[in-house]
Amino acid sequence: MGEPGTKELLSLEDLEAAGGLRTGRKHVLSILVENKPGVLTRIAGLFARRGFNIDTLAVGPTDDEAVSRVTLTVDGAKHPIDQVTKQLHKLVNVLKIRDLEPEDSVARELALFKIACDSGSRGEVLQLTEIFRGKVVDAGRRSVVVEITGADDKIESFEQLVRPFGLIEMVRTGEIAISRGRGET
Amino acid sequence: MRAADALMEALKAEGVEVVFGLPGGANLPTYDAIYDGGIRHILVRHEAGGGHAAEGYAKATGRVGVALGTSGPGATNLVTPICDAMLDSVPTVFLTGQVRTELIGTDGFQECDTGGITMPIVKHSFMVQDPREIPQAVHEAFYLARSGRPGPVLVDIPQDLSRADIEYEPATSVSLPGYQPTTEGNQKQIRLAAKALANSRRPVIYGGGGIVNAGAAAEFTEFCLADRFPVTLTVMGLGAFPAPHEQWLGMLGMHGTRAANYAMDEADLICAIGARFDDRITGKLTEFAPRAKFIHIDVDPAEISKNVPAHIPIVGDAKNIVPRLLAEYRALEPDRARLDDWWERIQHWQRQHPLRYDDSADSEIKPQYMVQALYEATGGDAIVSSDVGQHQMWTAQYFHFSRPRRWINSGGLGTMGFGLPAAMGAQVGCPDQLVCCMAGDGSVQMNMQELATCAQEGIPIKVFIMNNGYLGMVRQWQELFWDRRYSQVHMGSYPDFVKLADAYGATGMRFEDKKTLVEDMRQAIDTEGPVLVDVRVTQEENTYPMIPAGQAARDMVG
Repeated sequence: MGEPGTKELLSLEDLEAAGGLRTGRKHVLSILVENKPGVLTRIAGLFARRGFNIDTLAVGPTDDEAVSRVTLTVDGAKHPIDQVTKQLHKLVNVLKIRDLEPEDSVARELALFKIACDSGSRGEVLQLTEIFRGKVVDAGRRSVVVEITGADDKIESFEQLVRPFGLIEMVRTGEIAISRGRGET
Repeated sequence: MRAADALMEALKAEGVEVVFGLPGGANLPTYDAIYDGGIRHILVRHEAGGGHAAEGYAKATGRVGVALGTSGPGATNLVTPICDAMLDSVPTVFLTGQVRTELIGTDGFQECDTGGITMPIVKHSFMVQDPREIPQAVHEAFYLARSGRPGPVLVDIPQDLSRADIEYEPATSVSLPGYQPTTEGNQKQIRLAAKALANSRRPVIYGGGGIVNAGAAAEFTEFCLADRFPVTLTVMGLGAFPAPHEQWLGMLGMHGTRAANYAMDEADLICAIGARFDDRITGKLTEFAPRAKFIHIDVDPAEISKNVPAHIPIVGDAKNIVPRLLAEYRALEPDRARLDDWWERIQHWQRQHPLRYDDSADSEIKPQYMVQALYEATGGDAIVSSDVGQHQMWTAQYFHFSRPRRWINSGGLGTMGFGLPAAMGAQVGCPDQLVCCMAGDGSVQMNMQELATCAQEGIPIKVFIMNNGYLGMVRQWQELFWDRRYSQVHMGSYPDFVKLADAYGATGMRFEDKKTLVEDMRQAIDTEGPVLVDVRVTQEENTYPMIPAGQAARDMVG
């Protein structure tokens, strides 16, 4: 029905709605913005106003000093992701948005864990750190600081494992991501 | 050149002839430049009046409206017009003064974070940090305000920067790499839309303010008349199709006609053009147009599938798309007779449920009659602004707007106090046309002070106050949904509008007799200068029909 170049009409029953759908998964949005004052406020304000939640947020310079990259993660179960990206596109300082597919991109987050330990438990904590390919970046008599890099699930598993030792505090950067292959993100 | 003088040059380069504003400390340099800058300045009595006047000017002329305010309270007084312009997509530029750069962040006198306060309600804003940026910022502000989906743009200029000396060079191009509105519309999608329309048995064309903004009323009308498409418009779109007309169903939505709302309810295909499925249109979203598929044409991609998922989305400007849709549609040579049954059904609703009210048997003026009297007194040939409330809905229902840019109201934000200053701005933009304001007795008092501006500047607007002594729409809701507990809605006969008009230097009149109303209105219209008329109408009349909030078209009452 409705073949191009013909007078054949389009069956209304065949039409399907596009957009407004919830994907049910986490989305990593990689956003290039002009490096101008107030841009982050505009993005954060847009999310607040539209009732979208930002799960993680990381901002930093790019190889072009006029441009910054904002990487943020949004829960596609709670929000229609097409609406989020379309609203973001309306911000004049937003240059490009890429919704990174998990299979086509590499995502990493860095976390620092301050873990209570004494001579008795230190060995076990160090062992776990090794398994997770982490690094001890500070050590005292009653605590160590461990650096873990990886995708969010890796960081979360490490957190669960060290919690029983006494997790004093934890800092996470929020995810950053880049597309796989030769093309630009 | 002083940066403030460069600002004047930049405004003139954008074609600005008139601005509305009020000076203060932080924009003194700008006002010094205005002194002999070659642009007409209208001194308003409150910045909100200036902001709404800029909106009225823009809505009536299609050109960008400009309003000025100083820092702090001057800027915060502009917040309501800015938000109003955002929700109704009105091309406007707001120029605010800011405290000296060395004072920013110190809570200096009349300092506020104008950029921050307005950020969620502007299309874009420029916080000038270098005086040399001013001409470019102005150029880009106008470009943004009028292109794509129009809207308000703010330019905030610290006082010391407007005094700085700069080399003025006219800005010639914009540098907005992140702003590339899609205006063309995808030809394949347009073809699909034509094919779906040609196959539809129960189509409705649902148009909105985007048609007016695009200057596409003629194209829209031609398209609607290419077949016997039933046409309805939102309150923002009125005038895009020449009412009354046999294919005209009337306005749709909360106070729309039954024919329009029932047609949406039973339609198999709805073609939305420049409309955004606002809650006042859809009512209960899950029960909105349950049988319909949707073609959605809009210049703002974010509007498509925001509230109602579209089956055939087309992003672009109605002016570009509608003629191509028409051409594709005609090429299909659709069978006109397929719409016979649909029209029979619609005409049945039209016969059963015309817009109606019980007219008085004596001299009492029913508010609906007042609108009809104004239509008769003007011959329908007037720009009509309104405030917000019952009078707005009655005007939308009973005044037939046959041309675009003739109906100027606050649809999205619903700003009381919009009507009088908007009429003032419209009159400044269209000096040769009759400009009337249909005001509410509650609303009009919110920007009453601009009557002084009209008197001083000789702006001859005719303001007709539909005076029922109540905040009528709120009273209606309290009557219908809150057990008639009339809480804080009664305003009595205060103030005496006739005396007030006199005090402002305008002509005041009071009409209370239905029999002479049309003639009385003609007399008011023929009176020179600004006129304020207190028309006493039935106090407890309700605006019907009505879809109660959160209900479906089928649940219309009244």
